[in-house]
Formats: sequence, C-alpha cells, structure tokens
Amino acid sequence: MIPIIDIRDVWKTYDLGETQVHALRGVNVKIMPNEYVAIMGPSGSGKSTLMNMLGCLDTPTSGHYEFRGQNVAEMGDNELARVRNKELGFIFQSFNLLARSTTLRNVELPLIYAGLDRDDREERAIIACEKVGLGDRMKHRPNELSGGQRQRVAIARALVNNPALILADEPTGNLDSKTGEEIMALFEQIYQQGNTIVIVTHEDDIAAHAHRKVRLFDGQVVEDTITDKGRKR
Amino acid sequence: MKHVLREIASFRYEFFESIRIAIEQVLQHKVRAALTALGVMIGVLAVTLMGTAVAGIDKGFNDSLAKFGKDVFYVGRWPWSNVGNDWRYYRRRQKFHFDDAQMVNEMIAQTTDSTLELAVSRDERYRTVRVGRNSIEGTQIIGTDASYVQVSPMDLEEGRFFSEQESVAGIRVVVLGYDVADTLFPSVSPVGQSVIIQNQPFRVVGVLARQGSFMGLFSFDKMVAVPEKASPAARWDHRDIEIMIKMREGADKQAANNEIEGIIRRVRGLMPEDDNDFEINRTEIIEAQLGPVKKGIASAGLGITGLSLFVGAIGIMNITFVAVRERTKEIGTRRAIGAPRRAILIQFLVEAVFICLIGGGCGLGLTLIIQSLAKNIMPAFPLVFSWGLLIIAITISVLVGILSGFAPAWAASRMDPAEALRHD
Repeated sequence: MIPIIDIRDVWKTYDLGETQVHALRGVNVKIMPNEYVAIMGPSGSGKSTLMNMLGCLDTPTSGHYEFRGQNVAEMGDNELARVRNKELGFIFQSFNLLARSTTLRNVELPLIYAGLDRDDREERAIIACEKVGLGDRMKHRPNELSGGQRQRVAIARALVNNPALILADEPTGNLDSKTGEEIMALFEQIYQQGNTIVIVTHEDDIAAHAHRKVRLFDGQVVEDTITDKGRKR
Repeated sequence: MKHVLREIASFRYEFFESIRIAIEQVLQHKVRAALTALGVMIGVLAVTLMGTAVAGIDKGFNDSLAKFGKDVFYVGRWPWSNVGNDWRYYRRRQKFHFDDAQMVNEMIAQTTDSTLELAVSRDERYRTVRVGRNSIEGTQIIGTDASYVQVSPMDLEEGRFFSEQESVAGIRVVVLGYDVADTLFPSVSPVGQSVIIQNQPFRVVGVLARQGSFMGLFSFDKMVAVPEKASPAARWDHRDIEIMIKMREGADKQAANNEIEGIIRRVRGLMPEDDNDFEINRTEIIEAQLGPVKKGIASAGLGITGLSLFVGAIGIMNITFVAVRERTKEIGTRRAIGAPRRAILIQFLVEAVFICLIGGGCGLGLTLIIQSLAKNIMPAFPLVFSWGLLIIAITISVLVGILSGFAPAWAASRMDPAEALRHD
C-alpha cells in the first residue's frame, strides 16, 4: 500500500540574515491511508512548519517528501496548488470562510479551481453539506451561523473533493468544549467512512480522539505512539 | 486534449468567480469604490465630451456647408480669413456693383463648356425690422434676386420666395427667417402681413424653414431676404456686394476657380499686369479656421484625460494594494484549497478593471446627460455622440484597470500561502 505521507529526514531552515533557524531537523513521518493522527507539540516545536509541509503549502529545504507516491519536494507552484486542490482538505482554527458567501458557495469553492461546471459543483457541495449535518443551512452566510456550524462548513469544504488527506489545524481552538466535542465526533464519523485525518493540536484531550500521536519538540519527532483509542481498535 | 479542456474550463470558472467577487467587493465598499472610480470617470468624461464636441463641430460645419450652398464661390472685396492690419488695403478696393452678377451670368452663357452655372449678387445690411410694437434691431437683411434659391437652396415653412418679376421691379416684398417670423408674428401667419424696414412697408411672401445655426455663427433663422432693388441700402450706392457663383455639379473646383478669376478680371476691367482686386472665397476657408478650434478642444481634452486617468490609475493601484492587504488571509485560504497563482492574479485584476469600468460607465453616462442637456439648453452647441465613444470608454477603462491593478495583483499572486494564512 502506498503511504499518503512519506517524510524522510526532512529539514526546513529559515534564513534570517545573520542567523539560520532550523524549524525542522530531520523529521521522519509515514502516514498510511485511513489513519487518524494527532500532531502535538508546544509552540516553536516546528508543528506549524510540519503542517504546512504536509499541506503542500511549503516545501522542505532538504529531505524527501512523497505524497501518495508523488515527489512533492520537486514540485512547482502550480503542481502544488493542484495537489492541494485535489488531494487535500484543509480545516483551520478560525474557519477561514468567505464572509459574504453562503454555505453552499463556500463549500463549492475548491471545485471552482478544479474546473467543475456549475451543476456538478452544486451537486457535490450539497452532498458534502448533508454529510456534516448542514442540509438546512445551505443558504445561510457565516454570520448567521454558530461557531460549530461554521466549522462544519469548513469541514464540508474540506470534504467536497474527496481528498486523500484531511488536515485540521486546531479545529476546536475557537470553539467551546461542548461544540468542540461535537466537532470531534464528526471527525470520528468522517474517519469511520475511510478518510485519513491529521489533526494538529496542543490539547491532550483533543489528541486523545486520534489513534496515533506524533509529538514534536525542537524540530524533531520525540514521540510517535498509538493512543489508547488506537489500541482499542 | 482532455487536460487542456479542463484547464480552459477552470480558467473560465475562475474568471466568473472573479467577477462575482468583484461585484461583492464593490457592493461592500461602495463609497471607497465610488471615490476610486472618480478619476477614471473624469478621464472618460473628458475624452468622450471632447469626442462629441469635435464630432459635433464637424457635423455642424458640414450642415452649414449645405446651407451655404454646395459648390458655391463667394466673390467680393474681402477675404473671409482674418485680415488683421491689412484691412485698409482691402477697403481701398473697388466695390462690386449690383449689375456685376448679371455680367458674370452673360459671360458664363458665352463660354462653351463653362464649369459655372449661375451667379447671383448678395448684399447684407443690418436694420431694425418692426411690426406694430414688435421689433428686432440689427436684423440681417439680405438683398438679392429670385435666383438666390437656386444657388443656395432653402426650404420654406410657408409661402414662397420672391419672384423674378418682383426682384426686377424692386417690389417691396420680404421672406422672413424662421426666428424673425416667430418673434414678429407670434400668433398669426406672417404671410400677407407687412413689416416695416427703415420706414418702408414690406409685404411678407414667405417664411423660411428653421435651419438652426452653427455655434450661432451662420444662422439663416435670424435674417430676412428682400429684392435687391428694394433693399434699404439700394438708395445709397455704398453697398458691399458679394457675388455668389455656383459651379456645375461635378466640375473641377480649381478649373471653376480659374474660370471665375478670368471672368471677374474682365468684369473689373483689369489689365494683364494688374493684380486681382477681389477675393474668391470658399467654405474651405472657414473649415481651415475651425481647425485650430478643434485642435484646441482635442488637446485640452487629452490633457484633462491624461491627468485624471493618471490620478485615477494611482488611486486604483492604491486601493487594490489595500484590498490585497485586507484580504491576505482570504488569499491564503484560497491558495490552500487549491487556487493557482493565476487565479489570484485574475481575481485582483478583474476587481481593478471592474472599478474602472464603473468609472468609465459613469463618465460615459454623464457625457450622454450633458449632451442631452446641452441639446435642450443650447441647440446651437454641437455635440454628436457616436458608438466609437463607447468603445473608447471601455478600452480606456480596461487598460487603466489592467495597468494599475497589475502590480498589486501580481504581489498578491506571489504571496507565500503559508505566510498569508498566518495573517490577520
């Protein structure tokens, strides 16, 4: 089976003129299809850098990165954009929805860049909305929705092009704990449907929902373990 | 092949999406968009107004040319161009006489294959025309004969032009210009009524149709025509007569000019060594004098246009930079979900062009409003709209939009997506 993510000895160095900052120092991570992984670590641990790397928003300074067998480290900007569009679904802490667009428009946005025609876009966006329980909120704008509903819109947007990997960055960070639990339940459900999920978080109880925990410190992986939940499975 | 089609499709959807975003943005920042579009609006207003004015001058001139009579030469002591300090010289020239036109006609008749058709004399005086208590001071009074209408065709509102017999006999009959008739006889038909010119009663036989005027210069609506012999000036022989000579249709202008020169020299009894003591005027002389006016309007218009478009372009560049900064996070999000750089570039370019098109549209609209207002208030002021102006307005707007939007749009498309996502 081809891994979704295969990162080997990846370094990321930021050149700040006089000093050089090594955000990642020889990271190795392999993520197989239908895994549910939490990436943890304090701020400054390289967590965000790794997430950008996994999300094909950034390329390594050195090392090897294969996304489903494609060599990402060598890709140009347009190819990266295509991979992000077709293979990745992003979920952000602050939802990052288009404020003046309806739920449906927000959800179908990735499909515009995929070149799908209007009818196809709408059909798939409706399916994605129903999957996350927003079937009755499709004509609402973000300011008419609760925080949990907004995050559901973002999740629907991430799911709409059936990505190989769903990448969530502190998805419950802006939500109260009850709503956060609801969102995590939704993630579980999505995972059960066969998706691969990577959640970046610094909260242990959020990470506990995942089946595998990768902990970063100082630009290196210091822990890569199966969680209790993963063991039960 | 399939790949190419997919590319074209996604380009198209990105473009539609960009238009939708542009509309949303403008609606959300109405005041900002309006202020930004102002520069382009003024620029397009200036260029289209200039266009209507220049086209109007041309049209007005061509219309007046028709009123002057097509292919007509005006022979007289004075040139139509500005004589400046030489006026004394022209003043000393021998005057033309009422019978000179008749002599010209006889010579035309004697010439085989003459390029000329007909000559008619014309003098003008400015006198008060009065009916009861109504009077118009300084009315232009043309003294001529019945063949005037053959040289310079004009339509009659009612009645007729005076006849051969009336002009030969010097009967006191008059044909009124439209405005003159309107002023003196506001409620009754003027035909058959009489008007007083220099204490002499003249019977009205006809009223000319409205001709309009060209910038108030050559109005036939404010003049009256009388038989030359009945003209108020006829009793004193200090009339300054011009001879209008019509050439045959299709004749060569230069040949006609030469023939006229020969005929007039004979009429004036000039010796071969004498210089011409007359001028052969043509409407081209007026046209040549209009050239600098048109050039002036065009260069003033271009100056205003250039300046306001430049200011407008800077405004749009600035506002697009602001929009890019405000929406950095949105750019990051779009990039993260798969927008290529191209899509971001197009998005901001379309926004800039859209604002310019709004400005251009308003400018063009204002031009149309001004034009129709001007038509009502000052019918004489020439403004002519053409569809070319629409194309010019759109072209300018799109060009300004692309030129001014490019730098910010490029900067937006080059942003590091990870960096942009961190932005708040």
